[in-house]
Amino acid sequence: MSPVFYLVSAMTVAGALAAVLLKPLVHCALAVTVAFAGLAFLFLSLDAQFAGFAQILVYIGAVAILIVFAILLTKGSELPRDGVFSRSWLAGVVISAAVFAALGWAILRSAWTLPHETAVPAVTVHDIGVALVDRYVLPLEIVALLLTAATIGAVIVAMHEKEGVK
Amino acid sequence: MTPLASYLLVAALVFAIGLAGALVRRNAILVLIGIELMLNAANLNFIAFWRYGPHPEALTGMMFAIFSIAVAAAEAAVGLGLVISIYRHAQTTDLDKMNRMKG
Repeated sequence: MSPVFYLVSAMTVAGALAAVLLKPLVHCALAVTVAFAGLAFLFLSLDAQFAGFAQILVYIGAVAILIVFAILLTKGSELPRDGVFSRSWLAGVVISAAVFAALGWAILRSAWTLPHETAVPAVTVHDIGVALVDRYVLPLEIVALLLTAATIGAVIVAMHEKEGVK
Repeated sequence: MTPLASYLLVAALVFAIGLAGALVRRNAILVLIGIELMLNAANLNFIAFWRYGPHPEALTGMMFAIFSIAVAAAEAAVGLGLVISIYRHAQTTDLDKMNRMKG
């Protein structure tokens, strides 16, 4: 593996850890943006240019901004007095450590049977566009409908309640 | 270790960190951030298998990752809308304090 992979992986994991562990919510939002950027670089290092740039546009451009908006609208920038971790934090840590141990064991046990194609896939954005309107046209339409419904639904859910109406 | 196994290990680590974030934090926004990290780790698996698996020209892993990114964006919008709505109702985003079904 190249040093670039180790560098980008370290950046991704450090960003994700910081997002989970830091106390001020705004710092968490910044750290998770670093993790999203690291994942986008990992996509690019896997020769998936389209997915990498879609990741940058959607996650760093939209989701991170949305998270910052939600933090500021809910006064989340103020630190709570009774700590940021839940009462049952130990169980959560144990469960996620167990999940990582199981996944890591499965990956390491099957590492030598995993497929390993060395040839760089000759796939251009043109091919992806043709596939989207040809073979994957029905999923594309469903995702378009889902995005429309989700956006309208989010606006309706977050819309200001009328006085006296609950 | 093969390159695919390295990418899968990184994805497993990010997934575990996201799961820990969703389970141990009190703030609802942090729980959503943890869920986003888990979805991203799954996307990394799809892309890694697409890159190192046979027949990358069929674009299956790539397409799954692209659709997954779109669905995750919709999920983030609805989730944060719900958090804002609950905050307006209960004046808190602390999940340990949201312990009643009655409004």
